[in-house]
Amino acid sequence: MKRVAIVSAGITKFMRRAQETGRELSFHAANMALKNAGMTLADVQCVAESTAPDAFDGVHMNGEYLSDGSGGWRKPYLRSYVGGGSGVFVTIHGWYQVASGMFDTCLVVASEKMSSCHPHPQAAFLNIFDNFIERPLGCNLLWIFALEMNRYMTVHKIAHEQIALVSVKNKKNALDNPAAQIPEKITVKDVLNSEVLAWPVHRLDISPTSDGAAALVLASEDVAYKYTDKPVWIDGVGWCLDTAYWTNKDLYYPRYVEKAAAMAYKMAGITNPRKEIHVAEPYDPFDYKELHHMEGLMLCGKGEAPKLTEKGVTQRDGDLPTCPSGGLLGVGNPIAASGTMKVAEIFWQLREEAGERQVTRKCQTGLAQAWGDLMQVGTVVVLRK
Amino acid sequence: MKLTREMLGGTPLKENDFDQGKVLFYDDALRTAYNWDAGVAMGKFLAGLKQGKILGVRCRKCRRVVTPPRMFCEECFSPIEEWVELKDTGVVDSFSICYVRWDAGRIKKPELPAIILFDGADHAGILHLLGEVDPKDVKIGMKVQAVWKPEKERTGSILDIKYFRPLS
Amino acid sequence: MAKSKVAVIGYGVSSYGSLSPEVSYKEMMYEACSKAYQMAGIDPRQDVDSFVTASEDFNEGTSIFDEYIPDQMGGMLRPNQTIAGDGIQAVAAGVMQILTGRFKIVAVEAHSKASNITDHIGLLHFATDPAFTRPLRAHPYFLAGLEMRCFLSASRNTEQHAARVAVKNKNNAMLNPLGVHSAKIALEDVLASEPTFSPLKKLEQSKPADGGFCVVLANEKMAKKLSDKPVWITGIGWCSDSYQPERREMSWPEYARLAAEMAFRQAGIPKQKNAFRIAEIDDTFSYKELQHLEAMGLARKGESGRLLEQGAFDIDGELAVNPSGGSLGCGHLLDAGGLFRLVEVLRQLRGEAAGCQVKDARKGMAMSWRGIPTATAAVAVLEV
Repeated sequence: MKRVAIVSAGITKFMRRAQETGRELSFHAANMALKNAGMTLADVQCVAESTAPDAFDGVHMNGEYLSDGSGGWRKPYLRSYVGGGSGVFVTIHGWYQVASGMFDTCLVVASEKMSSCHPHPQAAFLNIFDNFIERPLGCNLLWIFALEMNRYMTVHKIAHEQIALVSVKNKKNALDNPAAQIPEKITVKDVLNSEVLAWPVHRLDISPTSDGAAALVLASEDVAYKYTDKPVWIDGVGWCLDTAYWTNKDLYYPRYVEKAAAMAYKMAGITNPRKEIHVAEPYDPFDYKELHHMEGLMLCGKGEAPKLTEKGVTQRDGDLPTCPSGGLLGVGNPIAASGTMKVAEIFWQLREEAGERQVTRKCQTGLAQAWGDLMQVGTVVVLRK
Repeated sequence: MKLTREMLGGTPLKENDFDQGKVLFYDDALRTAYNWDAGVAMGKFLAGLKQGKILGVRCRKCRRVVTPPRMFCEECFSPIEEWVELKDTGVVDSFSICYVRWDAGRIKKPELPAIILFDGADHAGILHLLGEVDPKDVKIGMKVQAVWKPEKERTGSILDIKYFRPLS
Repeated sequence: MAKSKVAVIGYGVSSYGSLSPEVSYKEMMYEACSKAYQMAGIDPRQDVDSFVTASEDFNEGTSIFDEYIPDQMGGMLRPNQTIAGDGIQAVAAGVMQILTGRFKIVAVEAHSKASNITDHIGLLHFATDPAFTRPLRAHPYFLAGLEMRCFLSASRNTEQHAARVAVKNKNNAMLNPLGVHSAKIALEDVLASEPTFSPLKKLEQSKPADGGFCVVLANEKMAKKLSDKPVWITGIGWCSDSYQPERREMSWPEYARLAAEMAFRQAGIPKQKNAFRIAEIDDTFSYKELQHLEAMGLARKGESGRLLEQGAFDIDGELAVNPSGGSLGCGHLLDAGGLFRLVEVLRQLRGEAAGCQVKDARKGMAMSWRGIPTATAAVAVLEV
């Protein structure tokens, strides 16, 4: 098996991009990643694409539509898809394309244009629910998060104030991220006073929908040093999809994230994740999710993540800086692109290129994780410099 | 290579810019309908709802009773043959108080979506709505019962159950 | 790169028809997967390391369709993914996972519930470019008409040659239990059928069908251990040409040439002629079979029609092309089409193609095209 490295990354600003098509967004990120590696399309042997529900972008077979903008012209181009987990999963997909020995280089592109969906992209989420017994209820994506948040808070007796600290941290971290949509300095009180949308979820608990793209260039160990002197190795990958019968399991704990993490840690030779992971980007579409996922990633015990946050462990100058990018809460959530943004952030952090966002502690190993579906998907990559 | 704002593209726009036609766009809507085959498991479940019954299935190998019904057990992969009629009472496993509709429009009177685990099933249940209850009285662990539409109005749909109300 | 050492050790096909009202898609998937696992002699809950499904949200009518795949494949709480692509592309993903050395057995599934979609054409319209193609408000099949005209005028093939493809395939399908659109038709019938997207005629267009397919892939060690009839995937390739029809070479499908080139190179096939005994290749529209044969080098440019006429591509010809009856005979299966073709090749190579069995079939290829409005194809080379 060939060892695979990320040699370059590219990203667009996450915001409403009405003046660009999804293809043009893909091109922007892909082009930036290629330029930073000193590569042209001729150096790219295959393309791995990710874009989440076609319903947002308003194009059936959206992957085909995006192909030209993602460098897929006359190349082996493949789109993989696991809902919200896609952004990190596509990195895994690129990994197995190169690790198989079939290709030496792979361009990984994730793109989302949610603003195409009118009157509001949230409406497109109606169709993720069961066609027979859930959609007729007029389901709302907020329901499923609220149900999970309620369960998590009740089982572990966690107060909303503790959860709100994550939103405060990430939106503040995002102030140093030029790609961020709405970075801002808020307080716990602001979160609790913000409009209740679906109790216990308040407006400031949620990341904003957005348009954006992110890209990575992967290369096998045989050629990685041609493109960079600081390759970041993909040392562990894991992914796991839980049952579609989400009303048959207890939502308080993401067991699918644990299984995905276990798979990645085993491959990376990690036995004590809390000590061996130095910087983490877990998926944070809602603030409680960062905590939920930290526990699933076994970075702390069940119910303990709020304590780590309160103690400042997850701040940029803490021992386990978490979402130094500003996360989805701060940077924005163009579904597939946000996961890849997290991988890119760890890439930049390990190479000490994160500018104002650079974490204080020394980092050898980092982790990016995404989540998706009806509380089902965990996708994890462990990166090392 | 550090990120700078200039590298990242994007032009800030206002709603006005769209109203005034400063941004070119093309409108289209997908007009298609799907006639999904309900199949064995879902077909029988929906037929059961029409009769005012909540049906579940039992995996003989795992010895667990679940709903919504399925013809295969996702745990052991065995085919499932046994049907069970469950009571229409259960327990609230989680709930929310929602002031937003599915299309992001606001509503004054909140909806109360909940996961209801049925009595007689092994930690299995469905998503539905709570009714006839003050939002501030709802608790996880609350016992509830289905409120059905009158028989004539039932069509074999999840909406044959109007909502679940607290068991008095 | 050494010849790929991945084999198919089991396959399963669900109940199949132009309609499938008795089963939900979940039940269809369970049936196909159960059969595949039984043939492979494995328990998916213990033995399968990864699961891949080929699907597109809008074909299912569900956003984030991957939510609904694990349970009926035996993949709950295991690595699952979808490939928003064709069945052979999904097989490619499985092959690559196995070649990393970290996965021993991978299950790949694809199904079609085309009968559940009430407006296919509205859906295909939604797949075309929003800015340039949709405003034309033309039936998307106009692209097939345009392409057919370009192809026929650039090659020496004629409308009669294209029509003969429909004759061959619909007649071949009479011998295939999956031949739901089979018909004992003659050349005159096809030529006289209603012109739809001239020069394309009604009987030259495949019609939808429902069915589910599953294949079990294994690495060399597991294949030799578990199967007495492993079929080796010695080459697999895929390629996408420009999404914009205006930027493609309409006469010669470059996507097919490049996908085949990639697969043949891996399989170590120097000359395509006489390399295979069977080829199951895309025939969504009659002319496509000819176009694809020429692009992939299985016939010289301009020669495919003449060779077809001479019987070179019949079941007992030099190269049996679509002995199954293809899409024209068995139905258009959306993105499951590629897996259908792969399974047909598997049946042939394992000697299990009762009715349409090709003699001495030891090497074959399956090729799929994702259909209008794409320019994406995938090719797999299989050997026993």
